[in-house]
Amino acid sequence: MLFALFLLVPVAAAAAYVTARQRATALSTAAGQRLHSRPQHHGLHSALWVLIAGWGALIVLTVVGEALIQRVLMARISDALPDEGPLQWNLVLSDARSFAQGAVSSEMDPLRERIAGAFSWMNGTRLWLTVLATLGGAAAAAWWTYKGITVEARARVQSETIIRRGLAVMATVAVLTTIGIVFSLIFETVRFFNAIDWQLHKFLFGTTWSPLSGVFEGEMDADKVGIVPLFAGTLMITLIAMLVAVPVGLFAAIYLSDFANHRVRAVVKPVMELLAGIPTVVYGFFAAITVAPLLRDTGEAIGIRVASESALAAGLVMGIMIIPFISSLSDDVITSVPQSLRDGSLSLGATKAETIRKVVLPAALPGIVSAIVLGVSKAIGETMIVVMAAGQGPNLTGNPLEAMTTVTVQIVALITGDTEAETAAGPAFTLGFTLFVMTLLMNMLAQRLVARFREAYD
Amino acid sequence: MNDMRLIERAVDMDDIKISARDVQVYYGDNHAIKDVGVDIEDKTVTAFIGPSGCGKSTFLRCLNRMNDTIDVCRVEGDIHLDGEDINARQVDPVQLRAKVGMVFQKPNPFPKSIYENVAYGPKIHGMAATKAELDEIVETALRRAALWDEAKDRLDTAGTGLSGGQQQRLCIARAVATQPEVLLMDEPCSALDPIATSQVEELIDELRANYCVVIVTHSMQQAARVSQKTAFFHLGNLVEYGETGKIFTNPEDERTESYITGRIG
Ligand SMILES: Nc1ncnc2c1ncn2[C@@H]1O[C@H](COP(=O)(O)OP(=O)(O)O)[C@@H](O)[C@H]1O
Ligand SMILES: [Mg+2]
Repeated sequence: MLFALFLLVPVAAAAAYVTARQRATALSTAAGQRLHSRPQHHGLHSALWVLIAGWGALIVLTVVGEALIQRVLMARISDALPDEGPLQWNLVLSDARSFAQGAVSSEMDPLRERIAGAFSWMNGTRLWLTVLATLGGAAAAAWWTYKGITVEARARVQSETIIRRGLAVMATVAVLTTIGIVFSLIFETVRFFNAIDWQLHKFLFGTTWSPLSGVFEGEMDADKVGIVPLFAGTLMITLIAMLVAVPVGLFAAIYLSDFANHRVRAVVKPVMELLAGIPTVVYGFFAAITVAPLLRDTGEAIGIRVASESALAAGLVMGIMIIPFISSLSDDVITSVPQSLRDGSLSLGATKAETIRKVVLPAALPGIVSAIVLGVSKAIGETMIVVMAAGQGPNLTGNPLEAMTTVTVQIVALITGDTEAETAAGPAFTLGFTLFVMTLLMNMLAQRLVARFREAYD
Repeated sequence: MNDMRLIERAVDMDDIKISARDVQVYYGDNHAIKDVGVDIEDKTVTAFIGPSGCGKSTFLRCLNRMNDTIDVCRVEGDIHLDGEDINARQVDPVQLRAKVGMVFQKPNPFPKSIYENVAYGPKIHGMAATKAELDEIVETALRRAALWDEAKDRLDTAGTGLSGGQQQRLCIARAVATQPEVLLMDEPCSALDPIATSQVEELIDELRANYCVVIVTHSMQQAARVSQKTAFFHLGNLVEYGETGKIFTNPEDERTESYITGRIG
């Protein structure tokens, strides 16, 4: 019902558009002079106001009405059951609501029936009020803008203002969401640090990660929240992944842009991009089921002990996952280096290799660096492959043949673990925040580097 | 002593640097150059003129095998540089291009400093053993391109930051720095204003003393001002080739005459 109403508003707006435009056209003909704003601007102006009034009324009444009903009913329930707590009251309310809407409720009693009746009545009233207000608002807006159509009315300027404000609102929503997320991270992080008495050095440099081992005594043990093993794991696996992805991706990009002929390019590039579309879970079990045992058996054959879950397996497969990102982005920037620069270099007797090394790559450097930064961010954020192929044990080791774990994997382990969310959230959010700061610093560093080595070309 | 030199120069004037016979160029199915044969003299400026699309650039690019870089392009026929077939199997286009420099229609300095732009070729070909030698090569090239006075205080700044005319002279300096024997120029002034154009034209006239210069131009006045020999191309054919003065005052072919008097454009 409400959803149909929601869809009806744009239809009304379209109608308002047509009517207003016709009226403006007629007015222009009758007055025999040019209007300040063209007919379609009058139409747009009218349509925008119908949308604002209609959707505005709909949303406000829905939200406010819902809150109002909730409060009134809660008041009645708490009056009837003064001895119970909010938990019980909520249960009664939800039972009554589902009964009123014809669903099965867990139990029924006279109070619930009474509340259900009240809910039905109030909800019905709210519904009709909403319909009335929405249609009324839309109609009023249409009528008011229709009346406002005159020769000198500045409909175009006004609609542009509305649209500009609308865009600003959207931008604000995006920014506020980000700020909100960062703040909730910071908030939880501060709470976590309070729990360990701000012993930051133990957090940053401690070598044991087992934050939940002490929670049943009700205390966070500051000696067991050292993130070094996690970041060591993240760095190790990221490093292995980039050692695979950067050379392969970059050379693939150079081959595609400067050596492959059109037909090869037309096949290879889409296939590469297809590779980027494979879900990481698939890479994950490929790593766990194929690559890790392969590494272990190979190791056994040449007398090296390789754990069945190893940082190497996870890193290698993660590298393969990242290749298409690096190759595709680098290929784009390398291809966009003007042919005239290549011609200039070749005409001076430079070989193709010299041309690529000394002219093309330097010119494409900023783009290549951003491609690599994107790859590193992907590697740091990647979780699935590590969970499956490198394990979950926070070992502190420099040996890539051992099981290791990463920051993101520990976040998953904390959130999906048996410990209740309240307790696990602290360390998880703190890890998230630390990761966020780390990637931020990395991005800033990369931008600095690019600014320093940038070779501008037009 | 003086007389001796005069004689030497007279001999040089008749030296044939490049000789082309039966050259055909195809872009896929498009037959862009048909049966072109021409003898280009050393220490001379030779102008290629003709309506646009007639194949001037294409033929010019045959002379340093830049057409190799275009997939669909196929070149047939004989082109000899100093009597040596440049399309022969054993000729390395990379070495050929060190001998036959090129300046393009749109200035294309590398996104590097002015110094690095000019030093690019000499570094690649290992022409300087020390930094001092390289400095000298760069200075000589910039002087030759009449850019030294403007650029000497800003050698470390980006070549792309120069004005259009300066950029084109930088490209000429860059080409000259590798000490080529032939300099090919494809409409080098088409992106320049009149003042920059006259600077570059003066430069071309000076370069004639040391190089064999071939210049493509769409401006007949320019051809008349800078060249001693002119070749007129039309629809992929070389219609007429001879002394510039004769082509412009007394052409033999009526197509040349129509073009010169402005009837083909
Ligand atoms: N890279 C290319 N690929 C395909 N055809 C080309 C290419 N360059 C030039 N041509 C064709 O060759 C012919 C001659 O072109 P061009 O040599 O550039 O003429 P001009 O320099 O005299 O204006 C034209 O028909 C043009 O379409
Ligand atoms: Mg051309």
